[in-house]
Amino acid sequence: MVTQPEEWGARSVAALRRELVEHFTEKREELRQQWVEQMTAKGLLAGLTQTEIETESATIYDTCIGCLETGQYDRAQTYATTLAERGVLRGMTSEQIIGGMLTLRDVYGRSLFERYQKDMKRLSAALDIYEPVANKILSIIALAFIDEREKVVRQQQEAIREISTPVLQVRNRLLIMPIIGLIDAQRARQLTEQLLRSIRANRAKVVVIDITGVPTVDSKVANNLIQTVEASRLMGAVVIVTGLSAEVSQTLVTIGVDLSKLNTVGDLQGGIEAADRLLGYKVITTEQATEIR
Amino acid sequence: MRVPILKQGDYLIAPIQSALSDADFLRMQNELVDQVGKLRSRGVIVDVTALDVMDSFATRTLRSTALMTRLRGAETVIVGVQPEVAFSMVQLGLTLRMEDVETALDLDEGLAFLDRQTKG
Repeated sequence: MVTQPEEWGARSVAALRRELVEHFTEKREELRQQWVEQMTAKGLLAGLTQTEIETESATIYDTCIGCLETGQYDRAQTYATTLAERGVLRGMTSEQIIGGMLTLRDVYGRSLFERYQKDMKRLSAALDIYEPVANKILSIIALAFIDEREKVVRQQQEAIREISTPVLQVRNRLLIMPIIGLIDAQRARQLTEQLLRSIRANRAKVVVIDITGVPTVDSKVANNLIQTVEASRLMGAVVIVTGLSAEVSQTLVTIGVDLSKLNTVGDLQGGIEAADRLLGYKVITTEQATEIR
Repeated sequence: MRVPILKQGDYLIAPIQSALSDADFLRMQNELVDQVGKLRSRGVIVDVTALDVMDSFATRTLRSTALMTRLRGAETVIVGVQPEVAFSMVQLGLTLRMEDVETALDLDEGLAFLDRQTKG
């Protein structure tokens, strides 16, 4: 029998779609159980309780049928977003989620093969309807997960940014800026802008930047520091950099960063003392003070 | 916009009050170099507080003004560079040319610096 192209016109596609929906609804329990078994076998359900497995799998199953039936993916989108939020919060791996969805896709597919194995034409038409839907749902869920991860990363970056570095006045006209953590281009920019504003606001003449808390200093970080120093100098302030660890100084010299523009002193105390000298302060004990009198 | 040149004791003060064209910068330079000799000034202060932008021409002119006045016996200090201006100059790599020019926070500091240079 030669199949006419019209045979799979819009009307029969709709009919077949209904048939698929009925099929999946009818076999709901059976297929869902199969799915859960396969996921358990692959270890994809680790960390979930029995009730959670039951409700989650039922919801996902019904959502997929809903999408197949209506051709609308709003439900899948909403569900994927909430799933991703919970999944990321609970530390579910992407492998668990994506693996789970792939397994469901296989279970559905397999059941279609079983049902239409005697009629290849119908099977191929059924797959034509089913596969785009399955792929779409899979990509919706995967994207929701990636979005959620990125959102978490962004939130953490914001949080780090908010713990921004304080610029503190130690004495008249002397500021210190203790930097903790990694310096990237963006943070360097923010630090510099903040320092320059503080120099203006406090009428500072000397600034001590302490980098004891900066774990790695590479040529980029060093250049950022040099830029900070130069910008401060344009505003008439001298910058002293303190707290370069042995490793940091070794790396800097080895990679050949020119630090001749940097005024460096061993530690914060030394830096403040050097700043005092520049400003004409001298710290003495009260005993020494009475002697002078 | 012409920059007024004010005599204050041994020093000359050039307060820039708005954005300047290249020609204005050059005219300021000429007048400063000229006046330094005429008035036997020991120091020059160029106040750039009002400038929102310093381009390469401006920095180059300021630097050469400093070098020229030094040859005629007066130290030049640039004062009032705004934080944003300082930052963008560094970003644009314009500071390299400013290395041998003195800078101070504001007019007050500039005067104090010149006092130390000339009287100390």
